[in-house]
Amino acid sequence: MPNDQTPNLAVQIFALTRRFGAITAVDSVTLSIGQGEIFGFIGPNGAGKSTLIKMLTTLLPPTSGSATVAGFDIVARPAEVRRHIGYVPQLLSADGSLTGHENLLLSARLYGVPRGEQAERIRRALTRMGLAEAAHQLVGHYSGGMIRRLEIAQSLVHRPAVLFLDEPTVGLDPAAREAVWQHVLDLSRAFKRTMVVTSHHMDEIDQFCDRIALIDRGRIAAVGTPADLKAQVGPDATLDDVFIRLVAAQETVSEKGYGEARRARRAAREHG
Amino acid sequence: MAKQGEPAAQPASTVDRAAGSALGDYLTQIFAVATAEVQKLRHDPLELATRAVQPVLWLMLFGEVMARVRGVAPGNIPYLDFLAAGILAQSALFVAIFYGISAIWERDLGVLQRYLVSPAARSALVLGKAMSAGVRALSQALIVYILALLLGVGIDLAPLNILGVAAIIVLGSALFSTLSLIIACIVKTRERFMGIGQVLTMPIFFASNAIYPLSLMPAWLRTVSHVNPLTYEVDALRGLMLANGASDYGYPLDFAVLIAATAVLTAIAARTYRRMGY
Repeated sequence: MPNDQTPNLAVQIFALTRRFGAITAVDSVTLSIGQGEIFGFIGPNGAGKSTLIKMLTTLLPPTSGSATVAGFDIVARPAEVRRHIGYVPQLLSADGSLTGHENLLLSARLYGVPRGEQAERIRRALTRMGLAEAAHQLVGHYSGGMIRRLEIAQSLVHRPAVLFLDEPTVGLDPAAREAVWQHVLDLSRAFKRTMVVTSHHMDEIDQFCDRIALIDRGRIAAVGTPADLKAQVGPDATLDDVFIRLVAAQETVSEKGYGEARRARRAAREHG
Repeated sequence: MAKQGEPAAQPASTVDRAAGSALGDYLTQIFAVATAEVQKLRHDPLELATRAVQPVLWLMLFGEVMARVRGVAPGNIPYLDFLAAGILAQSALFVAIFYGISAIWERDLGVLQRYLVSPAARSALVLGKAMSAGVRALSQALIVYILALLLGVGIDLAPLNILGVAAIIVLGSALFSTLSLIIACIVKTRERFMGIGQVLTMPIFFASNAIYPLSLMPAWLRTVSHVNPLTYEVDALRGLMLANGASDYGYPLDFAVLIAATAVLTAIAARTYRRMGY
C-alpha cells in the first residue's frame, strides 16, 4: 500500500480553510476519515460541503491549512491525489453528446488504464452498474439515475482508493436514489473503498454512512456515528433532530449565518 | 450486483501507475480528449454542415464582386484564387475563435470538472481540445476546396501540398482555439465571451492578408498585420493551396510563428484552465 505513513487514514484534514473575499466558506476544518469508511457530510445548502470536497479533490486550492488524501498532500502533490481518487461532482459530469461507452473510454484513457485492460474494465463497469444494454446510446437519452450510475462507473474505472460523491442522489426519484446507494454499498463492501459522500437527505446519510460530520457555516458542528449523534439529542431522536438542534442552536448566536452562507456560495460561484 | 468474478477485495489502491513512458501518457491524454470531440461530431454531423454557409457566402458574394476590382491581388493570381486561401484561413479562424464557448458550456454543465479531476496534465487537456478544433477546421477546408474547384480556382492537388495545408489548418486552429479558451477561462460567462469573440474576430481577420495584400495597407496597419499569426497562416496556405501561389515569408517562418504562438498560448491556457474548476 502506498500510504504507509498513515495506513488507516484515507483522508486527513488539518485546519483546512477557504475564503472567497471576506467570506469564509470553509473555516479551519480538522478531521480524519479511515480507510474503507463510508463517511457522510451533512449540512444546509451553502454550509461549505462542496467547497470542502473541491479542495480535497484538488479542484480548488485552500487558503490555508492542509490535507492528505490517500496519503498524498493535496497542495504539494495534486496530480498524485487525482490519480488515487474518484469524484462524482454534484453537477452533471457525464457528457450527454457521447455514449456511455465513449464516456468510460475517455475516463480510462485520461487515467492511464493500460490499453489492454480498457475494454474489459469498461465492460465490467457497465455490467456492474446495470448499463450494459444502454452502453452505445447517447447519454443525453439516459434517465437521471442511469447518468449517476454511469458517473460512478467513470469515477471507478481506475480503481481509486477514495471515492468522493457530492450529492449523488440530488434530483433522483426514490427508486433511483435507493439504487445509487445500493451500488455505493456494494462497492464499499466488495473493494473496501473509502467513500466520502455529501447529501442533505438525512435518512440516506443515517442509513448508509458509518460516520458523519455535520457542517454548518464552514465549520464542523459535530462528528460521530449516526447513532452517537442521535443519542446526544435524545432517545428517539432522528438525524433531522440533530441537525435542527445543532444548526438552530448556532443560529441564535449569529442570525447572519444563513445569509452569509448563501453569499459565500454565490461568491464561490462568481469567483469561480 | 453483478458479481462477475472480480477479486473479492482488492487492495485499496491498485491505481494504475504510468504503464508506458510519461510522453506516451501525455500523448494518450491529448488523443483521449481529441477523440471524444471527434466522436461528438460523428453523433451530430449537422453542426459541420451549418458552418459551411459562411465560406460559401464570402467566396460567391464578396469574391465575385471584388474580382472585378483590378490590382487587388498581387502579380499573376486572379483575385478569387487569392481570396480562396484567405477564406480557408478565415473559416478555420471563425470555428476556432468561438471554440472557448464550449469550455464555458462544459463548465456550467459540470463535464469540465471530470477533466480537471483526472490526473491528465492540464496542457494535455488544452492540446486535446485544440486538436479537435483542428479536426473541425479540416472539415471546413474540405468544403472550401470543393467550392474553390467549382469556381475554377487554380488549386494545387499534389498530395504533399494538401498535407501541408492540413498541417497549417490544424496548427492555426489550435492557436486560435487556445486563445479562445484562455478568454473563456477569464470571462467565464457566455454573454461576455460572445462580446469579446466578436470584438477579436474583426481585427484578427482584417489586420491580416486574408482578403487583401499587406501592400495595400497604411504603414501602421501593415505593422499590426506583421505580428498577427493569421498573416503567416494565410501566407503558407496561399503557397501550398494555389497552383500559382507562393509564400512571401517562406514556410519555415510561417510554421515557426504558428508553432511558437501555439506553444506560448498552450502554456498560458494550461494555467487558466485549472481555474475553471473553482
